[in-house]
Amino acid sequence: MNELVQLSLSDARDGLAKGDFSAVELTQAHVHAMEAHRDLNAYITEVPDLALERAKEADHNLGRGEAGALEGLPLGIKDLFCTEGILTTAASHILDGFTPPYESFVTANLKAAGAVTLGKTNLDEFAMGSSNESSYYGPAHNPWKRAGDPSHLVPGGSSGGSAAAVAARMCLAATGTDTGGSIRQPASFCGIVGMKPTYGRCSRWGIVAFSSSLDQAGPMTRTVRDSAMLLSVMAGHDPKDSTSADMPVPDFEAALTGDIKGLRIGIPAEYRLAELNADVAALWGKGINWLKDAGAEIIDIALPHTKYALPTYYIVAPAEASSNLARYDGVRFGLRVDGDSLDDMYTKTRAAGFGAEVKRRIFIGTYALSAGYYDAYYLKAQKVRQLIYQDFASAFENVDAILTPTTPTPAFPLGENSSDPVAMYLNDVFTVPASLAGIPGISVPAGLSGDGLPLGLQLLTKRWDEETLFRVAGVLEEAAGFTGHPLEGEG
Amino acid sequence: MSLDDATVRKIATLARIDVADADLAPLAKELSGIMSWIEQLQEVDTDSVEPMSGGTDMTLGWRKDAVSDGGHADKVLANAPESHEGFFGVPKVIE
Amino acid sequence: MTFLIKGETETWEVVIGLEVHAQVISNAKLFSGAPTDFGADPNSQVSFVDAGMPGMLPVINEVAVEQAVRTGLGLKAQINKRSVFARKNYFYADLPQGYQISQFELPIVGEGTIVLDMPDGTSREVGIERLHLEQDAGKSIHDLHPSKTFIDLNRSGVALMEVVSKPDMRSPDEAGAYLRKLRSIMRYLGTCDGNMDEGSMRCDANVSVRPVGATELRTRCEVKNVNSVRFVMQAIEHEARRHVDIYESGGEIHQETRQYDPNKGETRQMRSKEFAHDYRYFPDPDLLPLVFDDEYIAKIKATLPELPDEKKERFMADYGLTAYDAGVLVVEKETSAYYEDVAKGRDPKAAANWVITNLFGALNKQGISITNSPVSANNLGKLIDLITDDTISGRIAKDVFEVMVDEGKDPETIVEEKGLKQITDTGPIEAAIEQVMADNPGKVEEYRGGKDKLIGWFVGQVMKQTGGKANPGMLNELLRKKLAP
Repeated sequence: MNELVQLSLSDARDGLAKGDFSAVELTQAHVHAMEAHRDLNAYITEVPDLALERAKEADHNLGRGEAGALEGLPLGIKDLFCTEGILTTAASHILDGFTPPYESFVTANLKAAGAVTLGKTNLDEFAMGSSNESSYYGPAHNPWKRAGDPSHLVPGGSSGGSAAAVAARMCLAATGTDTGGSIRQPASFCGIVGMKPTYGRCSRWGIVAFSSSLDQAGPMTRTVRDSAMLLSVMAGHDPKDSTSADMPVPDFEAALTGDIKGLRIGIPAEYRLAELNADVAALWGKGINWLKDAGAEIIDIALPHTKYALPTYYIVAPAEASSNLARYDGVRFGLRVDGDSLDDMYTKTRAAGFGAEVKRRIFIGTYALSAGYYDAYYLKAQKVRQLIYQDFASAFENVDAILTPTTPTPAFPLGENSSDPVAMYLNDVFTVPASLAGIPGISVPAGLSGDGLPLGLQLLTKRWDEETLFRVAGVLEEAAGFTGHPLEGEG
Repeated sequence: MSLDDATVRKIATLARIDVADADLAPLAKELSGIMSWIEQLQEVDTDSVEPMSGGTDMTLGWRKDAVSDGGHADKVLANAPESHEGFFGVPKVIE
Repeated sequence: MTFLIKGETETWEVVIGLEVHAQVISNAKLFSGAPTDFGADPNSQVSFVDAGMPGMLPVINEVAVEQAVRTGLGLKAQINKRSVFARKNYFYADLPQGYQISQFELPIVGEGTIVLDMPDGTSREVGIERLHLEQDAGKSIHDLHPSKTFIDLNRSGVALMEVVSKPDMRSPDEAGAYLRKLRSIMRYLGTCDGNMDEGSMRCDANVSVRPVGATELRTRCEVKNVNSVRFVMQAIEHEARRHVDIYESGGEIHQETRQYDPNKGETRQMRSKEFAHDYRYFPDPDLLPLVFDDEYIAKIKATLPELPDEKKERFMADYGLTAYDAGVLVVEKETSAYYEDVAKGRDPKAAANWVITNLFGALNKQGISITNSPVSANNLGKLIDLITDDTISGRIAKDVFEVMVDEGKDPETIVEEKGLKQITDTGPIEAAIEQVMADNPGKVEEYRGGKDKLIGWFVGQVMKQTGGKANPGMLNELLRKKLAP
């Protein structure tokens, strides 16, 4: 495999700047990798021609000393971001043939910074899922396998294609979106860094909506520095999104000081679940020690409403989704199945266009909002959500960051959880609380399970404090020294 | 919490998703399973708690009253499964 | 002005509440930058937000907020400094998002009051329940294709204020007066142009009936989207009679949505609304709470014009007008300004008479508005001046006015050109009197013999002789003197 694909995003940036290689060479190497690993089904749409054309321009700009922050760096884009002139599917049949006449704010920022788009990565349909198995385009595969076991594992979800592509070196980095853990959980499963910013840090404009009060775009990378570097470009105020924060974007890379002496790190007792995988529990213990050794103060904290986060999420997110997905009606874009009447057309189109998990959530959400149930479910969930937020707010009065596992288990085989929705939902038990609270979180690859699968640790900070998040994550990354590489033994 | 077939039929109608009669009972069972898991929320005392309806505590930003959009019917219609003379087309509706 | 329906068994009272959708005057839509002009090519005023494209998000137009607050202040209503946008979920071909962004639990404007000016000069208060901001839907066109409905999204996302009254009205006349007054207030404020024929003001009427004396409300029906004041009044009357007929024949009324057909003069159930609705309102997570402070409200309040009610009071107090005349003059801001120009420095009652009787009559006949009046306020004022200073008589003035309407000329010019100046010299009048007396000695005899009533005949003859120009007072005086035995 071409060595160029092994580079981190920041090293590739530096290499291009020094002229060690060209953007075209770098892009070509990734186009080859993308083709070589099609078995992973990480991309729904590949755009190698556009990528190479863009790389040529990038070389031109680099030559003239007019390089943007991501000039000539090839990225994967989760197929939930609308990309002008490029098929955008949300991994759903219902968006058949949809080619947006507009570009999402986040990907427009990436373009403006000179990034090269390699293609649109696979995901769970409408970002609803934790295994990438609900994609209409078939599941993406985790490039990692259990030691001595050839069976395919899930890459996690919903940003499974992005995680698999970054881990398998099919792009330098990728965008993801996180609603209840959709960046952090697949990052943990695939051994990469996945970061969800504070709600409002990245504009949601042009991202196919799943749950508006939870959706947040974020970077998926192989290093913490890359994560900081990519977020600096993705983030920023967008007047077209009412929930986008009108505040300056800090230089996140500059936050990576490597020094966390005196920082207070909270360890929530409620995350120590009885059913926690032993490898995960042990890694969490190691993580605590690494941070302690780096000079942080470890403090036990309580987040008493943690156990209610998942059921809260499974009201809030489906309720919003049931409304957000009403626009897929066969009238203005995407799939239409003809019917005798308008309603007949609607019901047939939506029955054929949505997959089982999406329908399930639309039904749950419709039910939770319907007359007579609103107070018992939706309003109740909003109130519990407030309590969950207050748990974090109180905790952050005493600590600067919180350390937890990212997922209760390592990656599992395809099909393992697909018959029991609630079992599948439990994958997000550690990531959902931060999503509900709107606080930033990051999953850092920190070790391997007994059977050789990557495991991540999650860090959380208060709203708008991504700088502390990156600072601690950098130290954690350094201490963990994770060097694991998937596809070992392959050509 | 158990959802009966009639309730599921009503939800499916509200959501405009066709569900075959044969699929109704298994769907009701599945949704009931999820709803009974969610039922644990009722344990939480939320009496004096303000609901949190958004992901942030910011308030709304306002836009100037300036025309900055429109004038691209072609793009608006470009992805339409059916259009006629600048209009979207749907099966005839009787009011 | 009671309106009661006499049935066979009972006498019935009608209970009416109105929901008015008023299009906010703004350049751009409520949540997008697309324009709001009426009558553009299909889908040419549509942003991707208005078309409900994936990933599109709403951002509120500040002028829509200001206009809603302004209207709320004009209705003397509670202004809510924190309000919330909610989604009303339902499927329809011209509702691209699959939901309408509206306000539900916390509207921007709460309770207020509107004073109705009834045709008999009395007034009556109707409560306003709330005013909220919401998006308009697109337009479904059913008659362009035999088997298709066509959708135009130009209206989709246009800002509307929904003004909901309390069920305080008891007659079609009151409903008409309510609509006219609400429209008048919004036009004064510049928040809605009130053009019902262009759909920028639409009305849904909630109608129920009950036996006179009953206090409980009965089941209501909603007559949707009626597009003129007259049709609203007709629709209410028809709907009320339908209820009475059904109750009296032992039937029941079911809550439903109906449509008024002005050609047939009947209401009928809307098929598209047959589905039992469950709108599943919830706070729109794409929009944060709408918040402003007292200072913001005060700033808007400081720019409010004098509103019709206050103006009416002032016209009554300062000009001594009757409630009816004052009420008529203040309906349109333009009319009241016109009137005040005419009345300035002149007899205000005479000015009111000329405006209401003569000018309105002429304008109505030609179907034109006061802003396009061929008779300017300045010219009408001059005409009154010509009467006051005895240049012309009131009778001649009416003729001059007709010419002003037809030719748009200055009254002085007309009087000059046509030689209509009143004769105030005694000489010519006396000469004319003598002529008439000489020509009719018999009549003179009769008069002198005690037939006093003949004075009128003599006045007419002398007027004829002078081409109507003799000063009537002078003529009378001289005539009596000459005829005296």
